Amino acid sequence: MLSRVADSIYWLNRYVERAENVARFVEVNLHLLLDTPVADLHQQWSPLVTTTGDQTLFNERYGGDASAENVLKFLTFDSEYGNSILSCVSAARENARVVREAISSEMWEQVNDFYLWVKEAANIDLGGEQLYSFYPKVKTASHVFAGVMEATMAHNEGWNFGLLGRLLERADKTARILDVKYYILLPSVKDVGTPLDDLQWIALLKSASAYEMYRKRQRRVTPQGITKFLILDAEFPRSIQFCLLQAERSLHQITGTSLGRWCNSSERTLGRLRSELEYMTIEEVFETGLHEFLDQLQTRLNTVGENIYADFVAMPVAA
Amino acid sequence: MAGLDVYDPGDFFDELFAAAGRPRPAAAELVKRIQSLPLEELQRRQEAAQNMLFKMGVTFNVYSDNQGTERIFPFDVIPRFVPYSEWERLEKGLKQRIAALNCFIHDVYNDQKIIKDQVIKREVIESAPGFLKSCLGLQPPQGIWCHITGTDLVRNRDGNWYVLEDNLRCPSGVSYILENRRVMKNSFPRFFEALNILPVDDYASQLLEALLNLAPSNVADPCVVVLSPGIYNSAYFEHSFLAQQMGIELVEGSDLVVADGYLQMRTTKGLQRVDVIYRRIDDDFLDPQAFRADSMLGVAGLMEVYRQGRVAIANAPGTGVADDKMIYAYVPQMIKYYLGEEQMLPNVPTYLCEDPKQREYVLAHLDELVVKATNASGGYGMLIGAHATDEERAAFAEHIKGNPRNYIAQPTLSLSRVPTLIDGQFEGCHVDLRPFILYGKDIYVNPGGLTRVALRRGSLVVNSSQGGGSKDTWVVKEGTC
Repeated sequence: MLSRVADSIYWLNRYVERAENVARFVEVNLHLLLDTPVADLHQQWSPLVTTTGDQTLFNERYGGDASAENVLKFLTFDSEYGNSILSCVSAARENARVVREAISSEMWEQVNDFYLWVKEAANIDLGGEQLYSFYPKVKTASHVFAGVMEATMAHNEGWNFGLLGRLLERADKTARILDVKYYILLPSVKDVGTPLDDLQWIALLKSASAYEMYRKRQRRVTPQGITKFLILDAEFPRSIQFCLLQAERSLHQITGTSLGRWCNSSERTLGRLRSELEYMTIEEVFETGLHEFLDQLQTRLNTVGENIYADFVAMPVAA
Repeated sequence: MAGLDVYDPGDFFDELFAAAGRPRPAAAELVKRIQSLPLEELQRRQEAAQNMLFKMGVTFNVYSDNQGTERIFPFDVIPRFVPYSEWERLEKGLKQRIAALNCFIHDVYNDQKIIKDQVIKREVIESAPGFLKSCLGLQPPQGIWCHITGTDLVRNRDGNWYVLEDNLRCPSGVSYILENRRVMKNSFPRFFEALNILPVDDYASQLLEALLNLAPSNVADPCVVVLSPGIYNSAYFEHSFLAQQMGIELVEGSDLVVADGYLQMRTTKGLQRVDVIYRRIDDDFLDPQAFRADSMLGVAGLMEVYRQGRVAIANAPGTGVADDKMIYAYVPQMIKYYLGEEQMLPNVPTYLCEDPKQREYVLAHLDELVVKATNASGGYGMLIGAHATDEERAAFAEHIKGNPRNYIAQPTLSLSRVPTLIDGQFEGCHVDLRPFILYGKDIYVNPGGLTRVALRRGSLVVNSSQGGGSKDTWVVKEGTC
């Protein structure tokens, strides 16, 4: 398969997944606020900007004013911000457009539809109630895309590149969603273990569609239990460990190397990260410090992404 | 709202009506069915069809348009109708024409008999911008040069068909034929049940066969690709669509490289050999080493690989020589010279500005002629004398005097019309027809073609880049099925 095409299918999936996860961040915060006594609202919204890692750009564009409206606009409809939902869906569509011949028509139609709908929605009132139904629809559109891809595209090399992109993105974003909680927790350590704290953790689970699955698995809601579930669970499809396992499987499908061996740096770095997590306990995570752990994890995921680009797309050609 | 019952074809040749209230006999069944639907319902289906095209992303890009790069090609649900008996004639005429043009191109780059026998002057051929010296002596696989052609046909007020242009380089529009048909089948399934409409769907298979026909015989599983200039090209949708329909790779220049004497593409598993290219970029841009050095779209060294016979290119480089509007005027002579036959589908009478006598006539009758640059397409570089201002005509006269070889003139044809839904009522709109012809083992003509329709009231320009739209074209066998 053409390197350029593989790269585009990979990014098509990353961007759709990214849009979904931005919707998840925002949704969890919106719902938290509904359950929180009216307090300093700025304090509630600025952590979202922090976790994107794009604080500087936000400050430039909005003068550092982390009001609900500014943050929502920035994350949702700001076309100048490359990771807003609108920008992600638009980038996903651009990537789909250059590989229409390699994906199924149904996939293209779904992503095109998704884009046209978000573009149209960009006119909604960010203070209004429509907002509450917008984010769930973004999630659904992303799920439909994944389902259409599963059901209509041959499970070939391109499909595996797509899956690889989606899963790496999801692992990264689950790490970030956990990190949001970390930031929200920080200023109010005294709340740990209070009913409010419980509510916040439950909201977090719900944002990862993990609440019910978690209950079945662990029953009692505890910070340790939730963290363990979202990082180390091998069966829940949004846990980091699950994403890495499946991503590795796709990577090996692409190269044909058997699992447990590696033939390039993508396989080596991804395999190493996956196996470390496999044998890690949640206590070790907390020893490192949750934030530090998540931060390192994200850096290593980035390295895997860079290696994939170097191994499959930017190969030097002796002409 | 005004329905078909009060539609008046006026002083034009209408494809559906002989006169107001009197459908052409062959089209009577179709007209009856259209009339059985309330106008509101037609309007609704029209909107649904446009929506479907938009959702499918059947769009084109407009050069120098800052409004965002994509637009849907406006679509009208009232089909253009061609009775099968008439189609058979067109098909034969087109096959004859393509066969002769292919002989001509091969001759021009090899023995040049047509020049030696003084049928066409050497200067006429060598001054055509599409004539490429570097193609002299080339022998493309199977002796085929023009694998894909989209000939423009028009019908005049008298109901006679004429060939307006031979588009032999990279004609586009076939994707609209296929997608329009898909939409029409969805919108009017009952019509398709009742009428015997020739299907168009085998175009992709036919095209793939024509391309595979060019692969070197010693390659077991030839690699065929579509070469596109990329997403900003106005026909990008079509490039991608055709690659998808044929199940082959869509590549851009940057995906290709000449290595070890072969054309190769960069894949996730390293370089892979390419055997046949269906290119959708012009000759000039194919190879910066052979042609335009500043081309970013092509592949350095491609022409050398081609010359060695290690890759096939469709259409063959150099084919553009026959796409010149002055060469066009000689097609009747070519048919006679190479095939010993009389031309079945006539040319539009053409005045060559290069000839002093004819030029004089053109300059004196600018207000009734259409003047065209010999090597432009897409409706650019042309003057419709009757609709132009005095200043425009004067400016064009200067162009002609400055570079007579560059211009031809033709009488203004009154293009035939088809009822078209505009703002909730029927208007007669001018149409042309672009059938697609493939030259593989045999010559194949896709039944029908792209009907382009001028949607601006009274306009004669049907090009997509100039406010035109399209209709589905139905070649209908007589008698219901």
